Amino acid sequence: MAIFDKFRQLAEARQELAESGVESINVVMERIISPTEALINGRHTILVGTNNYLGLTFDPDCIDAACKAAHEQGTGTTGSRMANGTYANHVALERELADFFNCRGAIVFSTGYVANLGILSALAGPDDVILLDGDCHASIYDGCRLGGAEVIRFRHNNVADLEKRLRRLGERSENALILVEGIYSMLGDRAPLADIAALKNEYGAYLLVDEAHSVGVLGEHGRGLAEEAGVEDKVDFVVGTFSKSLGAIGGYCVSNHPELELIRYASRPYIFTASPSPSTIASTRAALEVMRSRPELQRRLWDNASKLYQHLQDLGFVLGPEPSPIIAVRLGSVEQALAFWVGLLERGVYVNLVLPPATPDTSPLLRCSVSAGHTPEQVDHICEAFASLQEIVQAS
Amino acid sequence: MNAYEEILTQLYELLKPSLKDGQKLEEDTDLVADLGLDSLRVMTLVEEVEDSLDISIPLNVLANVRTIKDFALQLQQLTEEG
Repeated sequence: MAIFDKFRQLAEARQELAESGVESINVVMERIISPTEALINGRHTILVGTNNYLGLTFDPDCIDAACKAAHEQGTGTTGSRMANGTYANHVALERELADFFNCRGAIVFSTGYVANLGILSALAGPDDVILLDGDCHASIYDGCRLGGAEVIRFRHNNVADLEKRLRRLGERSENALILVEGIYSMLGDRAPLADIAALKNEYGAYLLVDEAHSVGVLGEHGRGLAEEAGVEDKVDFVVGTFSKSLGAIGGYCVSNHPELELIRYASRPYIFTASPSPSTIASTRAALEVMRSRPELQRRLWDNASKLYQHLQDLGFVLGPEPSPIIAVRLGSVEQALAFWVGLLERGVYVNLVLPPATPDTSPLLRCSVSAGHTPEQVDHICEAFASLQEIVQAS
Repeated sequence: MNAYEEILTQLYELLKPSLKDGQKLEEDTDLVADLGLDSLRVMTLVEEVEDSLDISIPLNVLANVRTIKDFALQLQQLTEEG
């Protein structure tokens, strides 16, 4: 049984959580009522931890497009993009993404995780060097590892630390690939992208921005932080996902480098995975169109996010560093976080419970993600639920 | 003191706060099994060493580090390369 010995610690941690009555990683949504509501433990619950930023999972146009595609093209492609899995709609979506980002080319992947794995493993090999922000998502770390490049981590959002590391690389900095995110998934803070892009230019490096949490959220047209910061021309690659603002599943990379097209032939996670199903591609295309034609969704999202952030701040909670649709509530101890999370669920509010070491530091987090689909009444209910549980924080 | 010994001394100094009662730091001390360092503490230690030696430590190198001696040897190599 030695092969299973490594899981002993996990088993103990899981047991401990179960004994405390908290099943935060086994929450079952018994019935999905809307983009912002579900039945959990038989209780009508407001969802504040879904990354469904624009609330498009129940958009009628997206659902119609998905149903039509399933009827016309079947439930799955049953094959890789390199074999039988490229349908006209996959190609059309790539064209539409390239057009949306004003880029030369795009590649669609089966998930956002696979997009990072596919791009990074093909782009940076054993002779290359990657500089990544310490708070980057696991898919970025895993993609770097798969490619075998030399990986150097810089302190989160610390431009001076990045520069120090570029300087230490000497001539190698000219081929270094810098990896950052538009909005970081745990604390909801933005990268200082204008400064990072300036450094990238100064040292002649390459820059990849993962806009998974920022497309549809930032920028006048919803293209993410690069658009908001006015540095799209300095960003070499943008990676993103369909599973957040676009309400489906899948991922992509866009770039102006003509060599992007060659990555298809070098990327094992692209070659050896079945392509996204026709219904997924169809709903994503519809969602992209909705996002482009309804800028009021982004405004509504920010109205909700600002209101909740302000309210929680007024209540005295310790939050992530800036208002954002991802609102991280820092708590003092794991016990406090568990009690608070259970209390919220009992009051019909679901948020993400994030415990160390999955958090950026030693603080456990209650991670809220706000949606344009939340009604003012729902936001009020979320605020009231937090206020009614304040004693948990004050008691310790 | 040669370079390896100097690095070892620095590591002992940086690791002192992680010592449990009655524990002694030796070259064969395992960073995780003996000192109980979690991933966050390991990354903090890496940053402290990077600042102190003015080097960047690739994450790839850490995969081969279990003991203080492993770490010191990797650091010696990195400082010689730099």
